[in-house]
Amino acid sequence: MGQTTVTHDSHAAHGHDHHEQSFIMKYFFSTDHKIIGLQYMFTGMFMAIVGGYFAYAFRMQLAFPGMEVPLYGTVGPGQYNMLITNHGAIMIFWVAMPVLIAAFGNILIPLMIGCDDMVFPRLNRLSYQIFLLSVVVLFMSFFVQGGGFGGAWTSYPPLSAVAEYNLTDWGASLWLIAVALEFVAFLIGGINFVTTSMNARAPGMRMTDIPIVVWMIVLASIMFMASVGPLIAGSVMLLMDQRVGTTFFVPSGGGDPVLWQHLFWFFGHPEVYVVLLPALGIVAEIMTTFARKKLFGYKTILYTTFATGGLAFVVWAHHQFIAGIDPRMANIFLVTTLLISIPIAEILFSYVATLYGGSIEFRTPMLWALGFLVTFLLGGVTGIYLGSSALDIYFHDSYFVIAHFHSTFFPIAIIGMFAGLYHWYPKMFGRMMDETLGKIHFWGTIIPFNGIFLPLFLVGMAGQHRRIYNFQHFPDLATADLQGIRVFATVSLVTMLLFQFVFAYNFFVSMFKGEKAPANPWKSNTLEWTVPSPPPHGNFAELPTVYRGPYEYSVPGNKEDYWPQNMPDRN
Amino acid sequence: MSMQGPLATSRSATGIPTGRLGVWWLLASEIFIFGGLIACYILYRLNNPWWGGEAVFTKVPAGAFNTFVLLTSSLFIVLAHDAAEKKDFDRAFKFIWYTIGGGGVFLLVKYYEYSSKLFADDPELLKTPLTNTYWSFYYTATGLHALHVIGGMVIMALISFDLRKGFNPHRVELIGLYWHFVDIVWIFLFPLLYIAK
Ligand code: HEM
Ligand SMILES: [Cu+2]
Repeated sequence: MGQTTVTHDSHAAHGHDHHEQSFIMKYFFSTDHKIIGLQYMFTGMFMAIVGGYFAYAFRMQLAFPGMEVPLYGTVGPGQYNMLITNHGAIMIFWVAMPVLIAAFGNILIPLMIGCDDMVFPRLNRLSYQIFLLSVVVLFMSFFVQGGGFGGAWTSYPPLSAVAEYNLTDWGASLWLIAVALEFVAFLIGGINFVTTSMNARAPGMRMTDIPIVVWMIVLASIMFMASVGPLIAGSVMLLMDQRVGTTFFVPSGGGDPVLWQHLFWFFGHPEVYVVLLPALGIVAEIMTTFARKKLFGYKTILYTTFATGGLAFVVWAHHQFIAGIDPRMANIFLVTTLLISIPIAEILFSYVATLYGGSIEFRTPMLWALGFLVTFLLGGVTGIYLGSSALDIYFHDSYFVIAHFHSTFFPIAIIGMFAGLYHWYPKMFGRMMDETLGKIHFWGTIIPFNGIFLPLFLVGMAGQHRRIYNFQHFPDLATADLQGIRVFATVSLVTMLLFQFVFAYNFFVSMFKGEKAPANPWKSNTLEWTVPSPPPHGNFAELPTVYRGPYEYSVPGNKEDYWPQNMPDRN
Repeated sequence: MSMQGPLATSRSATGIPTGRLGVWWLLASEIFIFGGLIACYILYRLNNPWWGGEAVFTKVPAGAFNTFVLLTSSLFIVLAHDAAEKKDFDRAFKFIWYTIGGGGVFLLVKYYEYSSKLFADDPELLKTPLTNTYWSFYYTATGLHALHVIGGMVIMALISFDLRKGFNPHRVELIGLYWHFVDIVWIFLFPLLYIAK
């Protein structure tokens, strides 16, 4: 079976003439990087709907405690915990990771570096299959006796380790297995991103001719690999605690629960950058294209990203300031945390400098890219408050934290995803999306988003704790003004969710009815725009040679304001 | 059946063969996984000096013998690689199976060690993963390592038959890298779990 698939899928070196594949072979067992990318994309988008639906259910419960939530039902305390746990886990592990790294990585890397596929196509398919299995196991965890796991996406022991405490015996274990499988899927996927970019580059493409988004995905994969290892070991230990009865993390048996926190955040903090970097890369491609300007400081951005990647490994304990760590240790992590804001700020400044003086076209992808910059800035700035250990004593586990990290994650996972989708949609599906609907969708997302989370900063500062299913039980928090803010946030959320139907309509209708896309609708330089939309199996009819970097826009002496990487002469 | 993979597979912009890069990636991920486990163990161990009293119950001679067995099998896989380079595929086949044999002896000794603790009649000598956290680590770490030994043996068996027909001789080098890694993990586990008292 495996063998036949390979023959069906393989093609002559130059990509033409291959016989017809059946629908199933083509879309379910393909080893073509573009199909695998789309599989990741659609799975991730489906999971975004699930994660958003969970957010809808628990936000309704917070705004109108005890109500029968339309399309969901009542949300009791156990249900609430299950919903937030899986909302968080899904959004990070099953939306941000598959869409930003796996989907865009798969679709873009071979096209952008000018080759016909990944260097390990069958491992690539295996990666998606394991990922899909992790989704299945996650869904199974919702339906076993006791229900889905509710111990938060951080899964701190002893709560997560002992069934008598979390009351979700198999729910907790299946959840953990699902997360571990997802880790394995991305370890296997990462191998392709890294080795393909290293070895399969088109002739003439130097390291500094590689588009930034490819660099970002490669660096993210390396960071993921280096941070997730210890947590995989930790997951095995936690699973042993759950299923065998060992006490690695259970103090009553001599274990140490704080060790899990270290393992989790040694992964968890770099993970933030793992999803941030691809989003930054996507935004860089879009900004240069629609500002018709060279990326400001390509090498600076690259080195700064290396610095960020290194520093990201030494900040993790800022999540544990109140977990009983030594205050002198806390000081060290305070310093590293504030340090890491420097390279990140530097990257953002380079982006602003890229825009400066450009002839900016406000097309839909550009709006999303700009939206990313503005929103992410807010998230980044509030992080500086949380990084100072003294302030964090008050803010820890409050809605200030929730609002902070959603102001970083939402731009990354959702805005970054939409930016990339609107930008590469013509390449992926061979049709253009509707601009007006795209703009409506943009404003209908970005305004309500701030309507949700700006108020949540306020309730956080008022002392509202996270992971509480009903604030009416706390006299100080049950006041009418606080409740009013909560209702406002929930109404904003529902508004934002409704605007997603505009996107769904645009996305699916354009796929069949949209205007046919030319090869290079945005007049962009990178190699993926030199092949037909959508690219045929094997991508390039003639494998390209590269003559220059990816951001040569508005070069004096050229007739056109763009200069494709594979064009030997003046344009 | 002749199958032609994508052209990408035959490129090598860095000059390093793609397969080797792939195995390096795999091993790097493994280093972080085992590294995490071993770091956890060391941290616990430093906080619990009495674990030395538990380590007394490990069988140091058995562990030492196994170290010797693994090192020898690593030598065999190097010889197999050498033979494969020289296109002497029968000799390479033979040395791969010597390596697999080394893995087999290692596992037999492990089986003896495990069973003498798990099924001991004397309650003093009965040590299970639930006895205390030291033994939890002992079984988790050596168990994970043993799984890697088994995995390596299976892969070696699979590639050995292709190799005898002259297919994919470069795979001997790749599995060799992996086997050395399995060896090195053991070289960390042995002193940490058995010798340190
Ligand atoms: C669709 C809009 C979203 C809304 C309205 C929303 C709302 C919330 C709220 C209110 C909580 C806190 C619940 C509580 O502590 O009681 C929460 C938790 C969380 N959210 Fe979101 N969120 C959204 C999107 C996202 C996205 C895009 C991500 C990440 C990519 C994300 C990641 C998380 C995480 C990691 C948690 C923590 C879960 C835990 O406490 O274990 N959310 N969300
Ligand atoms: Cu952090």
